[in-house]
Amino acid sequence: MDVDKNANNKTFAAEDETILDVQDLVIKFNLRGQVLTAIRGANMSVRRGETLAIVGESGSGKSVLTKSFIGMLDKNGWVDSGSILFEGVDLAHYKTEKEWLSIRGKKISMVFQDPMTSLNPLKPIGKQIAEVYELHHGMDARCAEQEAIAMLDRVGITEADKRHKQYPHEFSGGMRQRVVIAIAMACQPEVLICDEPTTALDVTIQAQILDLIRSLQAEFGFTTIYITHDLGVVANVADRVAVMYSGKIVECGTAEEVFYDPRHPYTWALLSSLPQLGVKGKPLFSIRGTPPSLFNEIKGDAFAPRNPYALKVDFVYEPPVFEVSPTHWAATWLLDPRAPKVEPPEIIRQLQEAWLVQNTWLSGGATQEPEGASAGAHEETKS
Amino acid sequence: MMAKEKILEVKDLSVDFKVRKGYFRAVDKVNFFIYRGETFGLVGESGSGKTTIGRAIVRINETSEGDILFEGKKINGKIPPELDREVIHKIQMIFQDPMASLNERAKIDYIVSEGLYSIGGFKTEEERKAKVEKALLDVGLLPEFASRFPHEFSGGQRQRIGIARALVMSPELLVADEPISALDVSIRAQVLNLLAQLQETKGLTLMFIAHDLSVVRFITDRIAVIHLGKIVELGKTEEIFSRPLHPYTRALLSAIPLPDPRRERGRKAVVYDPSCHDYSKNKPRWVEALPEHFVLANEAEVEAWTKPFSSALS
Repeated sequence: MDVDKNANNKTFAAEDETILDVQDLVIKFNLRGQVLTAIRGANMSVRRGETLAIVGESGSGKSVLTKSFIGMLDKNGWVDSGSILFEGVDLAHYKTEKEWLSIRGKKISMVFQDPMTSLNPLKPIGKQIAEVYELHHGMDARCAEQEAIAMLDRVGITEADKRHKQYPHEFSGGMRQRVVIAIAMACQPEVLICDEPTTALDVTIQAQILDLIRSLQAEFGFTTIYITHDLGVVANVADRVAVMYSGKIVECGTAEEVFYDPRHPYTWALLSSLPQLGVKGKPLFSIRGTPPSLFNEIKGDAFAPRNPYALKVDFVYEPPVFEVSPTHWAATWLLDPRAPKVEPPEIIRQLQEAWLVQNTWLSGGATQEPEGASAGAHEETKS
Repeated sequence: MMAKEKILEVKDLSVDFKVRKGYFRAVDKVNFFIYRGETFGLVGESGSGKTTIGRAIVRINETSEGDILFEGKKINGKIPPELDREVIHKIQMIFQDPMASLNERAKIDYIVSEGLYSIGGFKTEEERKAKVEKALLDVGLLPEFASRFPHEFSGGQRQRIGIARALVMSPELLVADEPISALDVSIRAQVLNLLAQLQETKGLTLMFIAHDLSVVRFITDRIAVIHLGKIVELGKTEEIFSRPLHPYTRALLSAIPLPDPRRERGRKAVVYDPSCHDYSKNKPRWVEALPEHFVLANEAEVEAWTKPFSSALS
């Protein structure tokens, strides 16, 4: 297993250029005279060219976090402290719309959840894409239209030269999401943020949209940040996974580490509540209670009141970050050397065991970098 | 399962919608039945007509052909008012979006007892209150919530209210139309557990309409796969999952996202292409290709599709 992790680390070291680095970010909102802390000191970094998935239930702050990258926080929200370094520039200090325009759309684009509401219903779709070319690339109308048609064709809309004149209501949900992706791609962004891109879509269409984003990523080489609560989608697309709870990232690691060897009790709970892993006839595991109110100051670990594995210390002190491997960390007192040994739930143990078996099996043949090699092979199949 | 009594039978059901030029057939000659006490899943993508079937059963959509039999009595088309009342009483529906399906201006007390008002399901005010209280407790809500308004509740709680509203009628058949697709992951598990538990304690029959096969596998006993208004495959859940015959079913199965990165990366989603069928000479029929496993196909297809499994059977 040690050999494995080193190999993993090496593959990351090769492309270790951080494009986006979030440090101790705190975001607050003013709501009806009360101050709500939506992001309570989040830390994460995104490497160029990778796919990072942020997972969490609604209200955990995952949308707020990514909206702060493009200056789209609601008017009553502000970055209280911390930094968002994008290519060396701190976006946390951006104030005016003019400053944001150099980032939003140009460098970082976003695909929103609901394709039904994110398009203008009164404009032909071709025109909505052409606008981007006119605004961001300074093209004339005719040239922009040609580019728009080419982009529609690229995202898989058949007969683009005819259909670009049609209105959003003439397209199905999946097709509309393709149009939204085309608009985002027209800016040729360096980072594409996909906020629940497939939640409003059917399973079959979902697979097609994920494939499309992946092939575009291979072609244009941008970095993708997914926001989702669907762990199936995450397993499909992500290189790395960040698990978010109540405005904090509580666990972060490669997709394999988070899915096969999760350490935070919240990640355990999320995985165990999946119907895919459930046993028929037995109740599914469900997380008790509700997330804490962010109006109040949270003492200790935010997940403690809902956590069956909570220790006494969880209610008093906030857990620091414990490193599991160079690419994997989790913020839970359970990883402290002084903590009592806790057995994770049955389903998680099975995942861990399956992973160990697979790893020894993989490293049995080749001596040096079995994991790196297989990861490389995955990369090829992806592109 | 107990003695297999068919609680609901759908025979050659078609539903047409009037469009600008003539009619659009949303449901096309559909046949299936549901045993008492089981959970029956109806799976398909959006626009396949699965919701239309559910709505036809609760008499929201009018049918244009075929019969729907509930406990042996025809309940579609023109029926006597007493039977209509009985159907309202015994078949209830849970809707997809708990944010849109509750009256924002009514208190929970009224929302839950609205069905009782319409059929006169109580004699005294105390009886009504007791029924509402029981329904709320059954779905894991507190009775004092009755005096609140829907906006005070979270998505999961609102869906529980939707379930309580159906339960208060003490129905025998519950039609659940995508009851969890609008909910968050952690809440999904709670609502699924609740439905499973209610079914067990109250002996309900559940018709579960969904597009998410992973959920369907977890909760249903038998499933029907529907594509463009036609049921293409029907059988026991595990049977369909282990031996999918129709290419559309296989495409659906291949699209289930699994929380397993290694397998996900190697996965290739199959895209269903309806032109793979050659029905020009040989029309497809509804046949029992494997024991208790029905598929819509012609003879040549049945033979080709069942071939890989025939050795396992003999």
